Amino acid sequence: MKFLAKILVYPKEGVLDTQGKAVARSLKRIGFESLKDARIGKFIQVWIDTENSGEALSVAEAMCSELLVNDLIEDRAIEIEECEQ
Amino acid sequence: MSVNYLDVGLKEQEYLAIMDILGREPNMQELRILGVMWSEHCSYKSTRPLLSMFPNSGGAVVQGPGENAGIVDIGGGWGAAFKVESHNHPSAVSPYQGAATGVGGIIRDILAMGARPVASLDGLCLGDESLQQSRSLADGIVKGIAGYGNAVGVPTVGGKTLYDGCYNGNPLVNAMCLGVVRLDSIVSSKTARPGHLAILVGSRTGRDGIAGAAFASSGLADDTRASRPQVQIGDPFVEKLLIECCLEIHSKGLMVAMQDMGAAGITSSSSEIAAKSGTGIVINSELVPLRENDMEPWEIALSESQERMLLVAEQENLPEISKIAAKWELECAAIGKVTDDGQFVISDKGKIVVSLPAGMVGGSCPVISWTSREPSGRKATSQKGTTFSLSPHMIEKHLVTLLSNPSLSDKSGIFHQYDYMVQTGTVVPPGSAASIIRVRENGKLLGLAMEVDPWKCEIDPFTGSAEVFLKALRSLWVAGAEHLGMTNCLNFPSPEDPGNFWVISRCVEGLAAVARDLVCPVVSGNVSLYNESGDAKILPSPLVGVTGTFRDIAKPLSESFSCENETVFLAGFSKGTLNGSHFARAMAVEQNHREFPYLPEKEKIFMHSAIETVRKGLATSGRTVAGGGLLVSLAKMCVTSGIGISIDEELPLDDLAVFLFGETGPRAIYTVTENLEKDFASIWSGIPLIKLGQTGGKTFTIKGLLEIPVNEIARAWRR
Amino acid sequence: MKTAVIVFPGSNCDNDVVHAVSMVFGPVVSKVWHEDESLPEGTGLVVLPGGFSYGDYLRCGAMAAKSPIIAAVKEHARKGLPILGICNGFQVLTETGLLTGALLANRSLSFICDFCHIRVERNDTPFTSRYATGQVLRIPIAHYEGLFYLPQTELEALESEGRVVFRYCSPEGDTDERFSPNGSLNNIAGVINTEGNVLGMMPHPERASEDLLGSTDGADLFRSVSDWLEGGIQA
Repeated sequence: MKFLAKILVYPKEGVLDTQGKAVARSLKRIGFESLKDARIGKFIQVWIDTENSGEALSVAEAMCSELLVNDLIEDRAIEIEECEQ
Repeated sequence: MSVNYLDVGLKEQEYLAIMDILGREPNMQELRILGVMWSEHCSYKSTRPLLSMFPNSGGAVVQGPGENAGIVDIGGGWGAAFKVESHNHPSAVSPYQGAATGVGGIIRDILAMGARPVASLDGLCLGDESLQQSRSLADGIVKGIAGYGNAVGVPTVGGKTLYDGCYNGNPLVNAMCLGVVRLDSIVSSKTARPGHLAILVGSRTGRDGIAGAAFASSGLADDTRASRPQVQIGDPFVEKLLIECCLEIHSKGLMVAMQDMGAAGITSSSSEIAAKSGTGIVINSELVPLRENDMEPWEIALSESQERMLLVAEQENLPEISKIAAKWELECAAIGKVTDDGQFVISDKGKIVVSLPAGMVGGSCPVISWTSREPSGRKATSQKGTTFSLSPHMIEKHLVTLLSNPSLSDKSGIFHQYDYMVQTGTVVPPGSAASIIRVRENGKLLGLAMEVDPWKCEIDPFTGSAEVFLKALRSLWVAGAEHLGMTNCLNFPSPEDPGNFWVISRCVEGLAAVARDLVCPVVSGNVSLYNESGDAKILPSPLVGVTGTFRDIAKPLSESFSCENETVFLAGFSKGTLNGSHFARAMAVEQNHREFPYLPEKEKIFMHSAIETVRKGLATSGRTVAGGGLLVSLAKMCVTSGIGISIDEELPLDDLAVFLFGETGPRAIYTVTENLEKDFASIWSGIPLIKLGQTGGKTFTIKGLLEIPVNEIARAWRR
Repeated sequence: MKTAVIVFPGSNCDNDVVHAVSMVFGPVVSKVWHEDESLPEGTGLVVLPGGFSYGDYLRCGAMAAKSPIIAAVKEHARKGLPILGICNGFQVLTETGLLTGALLANRSLSFICDFCHIRVERNDTPFTSRYATGQVLRIPIAHYEGLFYLPQTELEALESEGRVVFRYCSPEGDTDERFSPNGSLNNIAGVINTEGNVLGMMPHPERASEDLLGSTDGADLFRSVSDWLEGGIQA
């Protein structure tokens, strides 16, 4: 079955996120006074073929550990969605 | 859906010419292709007769205009392939990608000659930086050049950046590249023969930039967002792989011809090879590796997807070529064949979709003879702009004003974003008038300089353009280099206005005069017209790039004071003039269209003395008097060295403004140790030579007129 | 000193390293393609050069770290032989786990190419024996992601183990943070592994090996490794 793993990768709490800080400053400067903070990460989509969604999640987790995420500086959130075949 | 000739940017007489050549009406796909190939950007139809004025052979020229880049002999069996190209319209719409793909495109032109790209330079004419839009464009353009250039591994070693309100919304981005190639292994586009395969190597083809060439040939629409889909996206990583892949294929002798896929992609590259080789070519559009589904044959033919090269090779070499491309993880597909019928054919799964004479597509399209008429009221009837009543106590303030002018101030905020050291060949980095690289292949030094001066060209296009070219040459000479050849980018507004066309013609004539009189052939170049939007048009902005070698000179002359207690000389012919100067603009001095002096014989004398000075090691530093005039040039020497200067020579008080701030003409500042003064003076005998004073201390002092600490000069210059 | 320079798709500085090492030692340098599975026989020094391997996509050095050649590089390290990672090469080494830490975007969020000064923190490594401790070197940098990062506890451990080899400094050797061009924690410019044979540094010693190009301070790094290799492998 085809699944879509939606993976959000973002800087760990406590890691310097210079880009996030710069974006926050810009947003404030253009008038968004209600802004408290911003963090910049990335959104990765991986389509996989597995028996079930549980397996898809395991595969996505493994991909994160092996390559997609550097767990010294990044955290992740994974969502699995069933796809049209 | 029907498309008529106006829709594809053709004029009625061009459509009639097409029917005349074909003997029939072109079909829809053929019309689209001709619309692009006969656009200004691809065909140079408005300027071809003018360009034929350029001397383009002799001397060190190995390859003149007519191939992807020109080549000059740099010694030891090696040649330098170089060219400059514009990417103005795309940069106005999408500054990062416009600039990035400009850098990528010119690199591929150099690669197409079989040369390894070793240096990039960029000429940027940017809008008034007090405007948010200008700052945003400038920032995007610099980031684009850096983002692409750094990743692709070609050092950006120099360039020229200036600012004027005429470029608001119409920035100019001229990307120059120089590469090195063995003289006995230059790749041509003339050597295709019937039976050879046409092979595409590089990225997959998508819809990027379709009809981008036509886009470059028209003025910008008011809402640039509407122009967005036509901007190409560049991938410097793939380009790096493409460079290594093509050079490897070439080194193994596996290719017969090579062409970059730039404007009009597959169509221009394949039809040009056919036209130049005197053959025909058939492209099977269904064999092109695609990035998007359902692309029509004409879209595939005109796509400007980046990072693709067209190779021509013998059938038997395809497997090895494919293997090398696979190693570099690039697409590789035989997409067509060279034929013997002189026709450019696109076939879609066996059905002929386009069939046009190759010469019609890739060769010459009919020239347009625009009317040329000198705008009225240009005669120089007054003395306006040539004198200025200068209050001595204001000199310091004027100096600070000029130094902090963005066109004259420190550019290190820009060039430190560029990797200018990769390939470990950069001897003199960005920041000097001449950049100097060491070519590993033959151990020789090469000087590179770039110049543009729209204000002088506006005042008088002929002598103004000559001065632009000469400024670049003088930078080479003072460093110690002998010039080899020139490349240029002619940036102008619409040629359809007779006054504009007169200016364009006069500029080309001015450049041609210098090329002829100083024996510096024009080996390559590019034309960019229609740089305007709404009511705003750019000033005439011909840009020149030159290169030269250092014969018997191990150490080029530095531009920066080296020591205290050395004598400072001003050498050269010329008092300078305020007309067309930064000072005149800063002081809102009314200027006239008086010609600048053009004295080629004096330039030659200056050239010989300047080069001899370096060859005999008679000076410790040297710098041309250029933008801002003498005072600014001296101030820059102080700032970059940290050493002050004291001038005790009596200065001509009656024409002080001209002496201190006048520009134009061959002049240079030199520092000389006392024991070599006599020898130095004898090299310059017969040429006006003024001993100005001494280096030393921490201030820039002119007795009775100026005393400013070097720190303060630095503060103004570094803003 | 037989040197192997690993070439990944997108590496830019491989030829520069070959040139710099050849100038000092002659033609004993070979380039090794990332898909090879072994290093040339008798390789002494392995260099991972600078550039933009895999376009810096995903994370700098992340995909290069998964190349087939890395297994051989790790084996070379396990044997106690020297490995030098320069700039992107340093990033690759951190991604392989041969070195700890990560390189984040420069504090200025801008690419910086310029000469800078680094202080030699210890001269008892195979890479720094020809320098004096505290010596200041003038070597260029050219990077966007040069900010060395470790979480606080690990950073303290790195420091207490003495694994910082180079620190950004003023021309006089002051390592105050205002002399760091990129905001690296503790001005760290280069670190070594616990075993003392794998060094990663952001500055480019191959760009400071010729008078003509402005500095020769980098050449002694290569000479140090050669001295060390000639003296035999340390147990």
